[in-house]
Amino acid sequence: MAVGRKKISCPPYAEGTALSERDISERRVTIFEDHPNLVYSWTAGQAMSRFLNELKNGKLIATKCEKCGRIIFPPRIYCELCYKPIDGWVYVKDTGTVQTFSISYIDPDARPLEKPVIVAVIAVDGASPNMGIMHILGEVEPEKVYIGMRVKAVWKPENEREGAITDIKYWKPWRDEND
Amino acid sequence: MEVEIVKGLKFHKKQDVAIVGAGMTTFKRRLLETGKELSYFAVKQALEEAGLDIKDIEMVVMGSAPDAFDGTALKGEYLLDGAGGSDRPYLRVFVGGGTGVFAPIAGYWHVASGLADVCLVVCEEKMSCCHPHPQSAFKYIWDPILDRPLKPNLIWIFALEMRRYMHVNNIRHEDIALVSVKNKANALDHPCAQVAEKITVEDVLNSEPMALPVRRLDVSPPSDGAAALIMVAPHIARQLTDEPVWVTGVGWALDTTHWTNRDLYFPRYVAEAAKMAYRMAHITDPRKQIDVAEPYDPFDYKELHHMEGLGLAKKGEAPILTREGVTARDGDLPVCPSGGLLGVGNPIAATMGVKACEIYWQLAYRAGKRQVAKEVTTGVCQAWGDLMQVGTVMVMSNKR
Amino acid sequence: MPAIVGVGYSGFNANTPDLSWKEIMYEAAVRAYEDAGIDPRKDVDSFITCAEDFYEGFAIFDEFVPDQLGAVLKPTCTVCADFLYGLATAYMQIESGLAEIAVVEAHSKASDIKTFGEVIRHAMDPIWLKGVTNAHPYYLAALEMSYYMNKYCITQEAIAEVVVKNKRNALLNDSAPYGAKLTVEYALKSPFVFYPMRKIEIAERADGAIVFVVASDEMARKITDSPVWIKGVGWWSETSNYDIMSFEARYAYKSAKMAYRMAGIENPSKEIDIAEIDDRFAFKEIQHIVALQLAGKYDVCDLMSEGYFARNGSLPVNVSGGNLGVGNLLEATGGQKALEIVIQLRGEAGRRQVDCEIGVAQAWRYIPTASGAVAVFGV
Ligand SMILES: [Zn+2]
Repeated sequence: MAVGRKKISCPPYAEGTALSERDISERRVTIFEDHPNLVYSWTAGQAMSRFLNELKNGKLIATKCEKCGRIIFPPRIYCELCYKPIDGWVYVKDTGTVQTFSISYIDPDARPLEKPVIVAVIAVDGASPNMGIMHILGEVEPEKVYIGMRVKAVWKPENEREGAITDIKYWKPWRDEND
Repeated sequence: MEVEIVKGLKFHKKQDVAIVGAGMTTFKRRLLETGKELSYFAVKQALEEAGLDIKDIEMVVMGSAPDAFDGTALKGEYLLDGAGGSDRPYLRVFVGGGTGVFAPIAGYWHVASGLADVCLVVCEEKMSCCHPHPQSAFKYIWDPILDRPLKPNLIWIFALEMRRYMHVNNIRHEDIALVSVKNKANALDHPCAQVAEKITVEDVLNSEPMALPVRRLDVSPPSDGAAALIMVAPHIARQLTDEPVWVTGVGWALDTTHWTNRDLYFPRYVAEAAKMAYRMAHITDPRKQIDVAEPYDPFDYKELHHMEGLGLAKKGEAPILTREGVTARDGDLPVCPSGGLLGVGNPIAATMGVKACEIYWQLAYRAGKRQVAKEVTTGVCQAWGDLMQVGTVMVMSNKR
Repeated sequence: MPAIVGVGYSGFNANTPDLSWKEIMYEAAVRAYEDAGIDPRKDVDSFITCAEDFYEGFAIFDEFVPDQLGAVLKPTCTVCADFLYGLATAYMQIESGLAEIAVVEAHSKASDIKTFGEVIRHAMDPIWLKGVTNAHPYYLAALEMSYYMNKYCITQEAIAEVVVKNKRNALLNDSAPYGAKLTVEYALKSPFVFYPMRKIEIAERADGAIVFVVASDEMARKITDSPVWIKGVGWWSETSNYDIMSFEARYAYKSAKMAYRMAGIENPSKEIDIAEIDDRFAFKEIQHIVALQLAGKYDVCDLMSEGYFARNGSLPVNVSGGNLGVGNLLEATGGQKALEIVIQLRGEAGRRQVDCEIGVAQAWRYIPTASGAVAVFGV
């Protein structure tokens, strides 16, 4: 087989016509615009329905699998590793540990935020290691956040809770009483 | 019926699979052409290189990421005629951002199974259709109950993963920024590049914060573009070329949806995918046996993270290889000689053009100014996607 | 030749308020693994799901697949097409040596979609077609129906017969939510909603999930005494341009041809014992019967009224009740078709059992496409 350097250089040419943002905003090119009305309402299912109802009570609930011994959070009705139904429900604490965090300067549409948001993955106390959720941190300066920081959920007042993950307003720094 | 199943794939296939042509469009933030037109351009170029006509194509595989970018449901059906899928078997596969290497894997099984002798693989992405920003489409990738109410931006997950990777392995941002510097410079030699430039580590560290630790220059841009690849059976390859490149290994793996239940510092999904591909390609020591690599680099830390997943570096040691110049184009293990996503652009699935197509061109010695300095026999490309979840790996060789 | 060694399903129901789509997938998967006698965590090499983002309401649906199938950290992928395409994918992976046991899944949670017409409209070419009218996109099927009826003298009565037959068949299928005992006269009184299409000729949507366990020849013989062989698979696309589609289901003709060739079938109308074909609009059953070469285009109407395609006829079509009886299952449509064929070939269909050795399942990718797939099964 003939290997070695060749005169051929690939890709031999680059096709495509670049546009600037103004070409679009000033409609210098032909544009078709559409705003589809796509509406879905997902049934939450057994695991998430229970989870959301417990949020209304100010509680975090997990499921357990006796085969692998995991306390699974967020809860599901099956253990995905053992592939069997879960063996019961257990409450976990509303305290936890920051596994990793980020300071976000942009919103979901990549527009700048007025005030940066601190987002974190929090491993929840009482669940198996690494069993966490993503949420927001509050009552803390961005530069004070560190991996391993202990945090506690700050709940909305009971009458404002609606059974959504936002029933927890944010998580704030917290010191264990035994420390 | 209780039967003890003894597993162990032997990878018995009906026929070997060779690559004989590739093509790609320019990658730009906004292109005038529609997704169909871009697909057409890429296919045309691949057919030209292979010396084939569209009539010779038996089956077509389409790879394209979320429908939400192009703003068309059943996007595969919409792109069909531009991709050469008219009047033939046509199938779209989808593993999020991992599609750029997964589509050629699907092309592989079309040929290896004996169902097709000539299979065209097309990848397309037109992210600029989505307004106000391509990232808006990513609002809908999140779990509607656990994540969406928090109004997340896509960059969040990467920032969280990057921070964890840095924390566990004790890596500084300066070491990661070197990847962006290297790839953007490599891209200066790529005719399709969108953001090729000479920059410094300081430029990266001082660029605008997006979701810290991620800054503007840590990230590849959203792009429009398309790429194509032609895969054939050995008896066809023999007629077309003296130097086909063979697909010797493929692998893919998808980790749990619950990404907040995983330790993000190491990409297990890439390691599992690589294990499958290496077993098939008889690779036992990837660092020694692989000559050139194109790991997926939508973020600078991702190249390092994926090198470790691919076994090209030990855990936490990819930054050292980068700092020592091992991964430079003239180094001992060139990584992303194309310029990668950081330099050439990131039209999600169409990054096949800088991953699978680039490794093919490198092994065929057709990469021109981008050709790596060392002799090459075996290369690996890899992509990654979903919620930091899927790894797709393909190993190629210019020796059968 | 790969074989089906296990099947499981959940549904089919007009809606499923108590379970999430993840949970119906789980239910179907558990049953399929039990049927095959395998452990998904140890024995399966590849998992394939068939889904379209906008039918699910997610931007990257693939993310949400692995856990409920037992596929965590295993080779898992999405095919953006009908279940039968997924089956073809499993076939190719097995023949390529990438898997010895592969799992194929498809589901419909159509009841979660609140604006179904808009979702279909969103699949139309944004420049050519989308803006033409705000009418419900079912009109695309009505246009095709009008063309086909005129060209081949298909009668309103024959189309009404399809509705009557399938809804009646569904009465013997406990999993079919839309069964009914009707007369042709009654069906012909149903109002036109998209002339010449009547309301009763359009399949209502349904929820459900189907999981198949597919094994290589060697493995199938090891793990089961009653494999159902996949004798042939085929899939085909005509074009993405609605304007130039054949309106004669050439996609079905071509994909059947591919599958028949693989299966060594030369005379389909004689060799095939049972067929389950896409009838999401009643006229489509007639069109697909012709495309699959199960009857001539000028005989099909007469045969339909003679009961040739009835459950006790010479070539039973849609014994399960078809989509008119079971419902429009979106990308799981081909799954329900294949499921019925497998159950029939195994002799497990109970009161609706027909005598058969070779069966064919066919599905279309629905409006606005001209793509579809076919699979031929045998024992
Ligand atoms: Zn368990």
